[in-house]
Amino acid sequence: MTTTDTTSVHTRAASLLSFEDVEMTFPDGTVALHSVNLDLKRGEFVTVVGPSGCGKSTLLRIASDLETPSHGEVALATDRIGYVFQDATLLPWRTTRRNVELLAELHGEAKDRRAAAAQETIDLVGLSGFEDHLPRQLSGGMRMRASLARSLTLDPEVFLFDEPFGALDEITRERLNDEVLRLFSEKKFAGLFITHSVSEAVYLSTRVIVMSGRPGTFVAEFEVPFDMPRDPEVRFTPEFAELVGEVSHALREAH
Amino acid sequence: MATDPTTTAPATTAEPATASAGPTATTPAASAPTKPSRKKGQSRWLTWGPPLGIAALIIAAAYIANAALGDRSFLLPAPHAVLAKLWDPTTAPDMWTAAWRTTVVSLTGLAIAIAIGVTWAIIMNQTKWMERALFPYAVMLQAIPILAITPLIGFWFGYDFTARVVVCVIIALFPMVSNTLFGLQSVERGMRELFQLQGASRGTVLRKLELPAALPAIFAGMRISAGLSVVGAIVGEFFFQRGTPGLGSLINKYSARLLSEELFASVLVASLLGVAIFLFFGWLGKRAVGKWYDFG
Repeated sequence: MTTTDTTSVHTRAASLLSFEDVEMTFPDGTVALHSVNLDLKRGEFVTVVGPSGCGKSTLLRIASDLETPSHGEVALATDRIGYVFQDATLLPWRTTRRNVELLAELHGEAKDRRAAAAQETIDLVGLSGFEDHLPRQLSGGMRMRASLARSLTLDPEVFLFDEPFGALDEITRERLNDEVLRLFSEKKFAGLFITHSVSEAVYLSTRVIVMSGRPGTFVAEFEVPFDMPRDPEVRFTPEFAELVGEVSHALREAH
Repeated sequence: MATDPTTTAPATTAEPATASAGPTATTPAASAPTKPSRKKGQSRWLTWGPPLGIAALIIAAAYIANAALGDRSFLLPAPHAVLAKLWDPTTAPDMWTAAWRTTVVSLTGLAIAIAIGVTWAIIMNQTKWMERALFPYAVMLQAIPILAITPLIGFWFGYDFTARVVVCVIIALFPMVSNTLFGLQSVERGMRELFQLQGASRGTVLRKLELPAALPAIFAGMRISAGLSVVGAIVGEFFFQRGTPGLGSLINKYSARLLSEELFASVLVASLLGVAIFLFFGWLGKRAVGKWYDFG
């Protein structure tokens, strides 16, 4: 099961999150995950691509202890976890500022401290000026930014992203990808990102894992050779296109 | 109101900023003054015109029926004669005192129904088995024919204020229970998990997530229960005649004495009271949650 052991971060600085032979079978008999092994190291940004319904999200739910695997070991070497859901999951009655403050509030932090932390991350994601807006007054992209800011207040060491930008249009998605990359370079968390977009996966990651559906298992892995911090122009290079092609190919073979 | 963020948003597609701009929203100085005001006049006419037209038709029909009934016109008195009773110094003081009494009874009953209903729903929301154990009784409460148990209520609570309030509570309780429960359970899974990930306690989830999320449903329930509480007060007064008479007592008295103009006038006051309370709670709901929820 998930162990929260912050001391081992220093001794085994390498691995922040690891899955060992993890299986997940739901009560109705569906095998969501089958013999999954994963090692997420500090400074890594791993993206898992796969068809919808292949158990990608279950991976994150297990990593964050929302769900207990039916078999296998999960080790998490930090308790500072960021989790961005498919929806922004902002509380509609709270302003941007109060939404971003929420997690610190749940941890019982003092008012002025959490206000300062919220302002910092709001500025960081580019939502300055919208602190007092309600979620309904924000666009989909801005809501996602607020959601990112909310997770950032925890100063996460492991950041889990569950297809966060799937519902956004192409341009907004690309901007938010750049935003995530910038945060990754600045904050040095370990990222585990779920998506069904291959180009998004290749652009964001240091490593891309291809997952097959039913039962969900890892079938291929690609190292992404492009430098971090990543140059947005890399998307228009032939090497990038070639890697996207290879990953797409593996994905196609997977089901 | 807040400005529309889509006009200044850096990285976003246009999405309507559906802030609650009511009919009283001020026109920005920059926009042309004539066009919006004509539009507003038109929409006001469209809002109030049709129902007022129907009211005029009903009043006209009442006059026609009144004339056609001839010497049996007491069955449907002329509208102006009914209205006159509301100012007539021999009947009006009774009626307004009674209306005030009925208001007190129904608001007391409503307050108790809200307190019990919300608490009941919160308890049911704790575990599935509590819901299974308690919900059937909420349904049963609603299914009880109130007239069948009024004698019993008189037995137990006497025949004045307390018994009237009890009738009120029984009638008004169910919408509060069911709406609150629905509201508490309407919270999206993602939001629950957001709290779960931070290790939030059951109480914190209730205070910071479920109750605020349930507010629109709670206010909608209050509005329904408010109307019902007036019904309950009048039914209670109809049967429990001790103490200060309420509208129900007057209706009972006037109908027994065949005072048809007074009877119609007191029915009218009772209806207006119901409408007023309904509108008040609609307004209250809009004030409380209208900023983030389209409270209709």
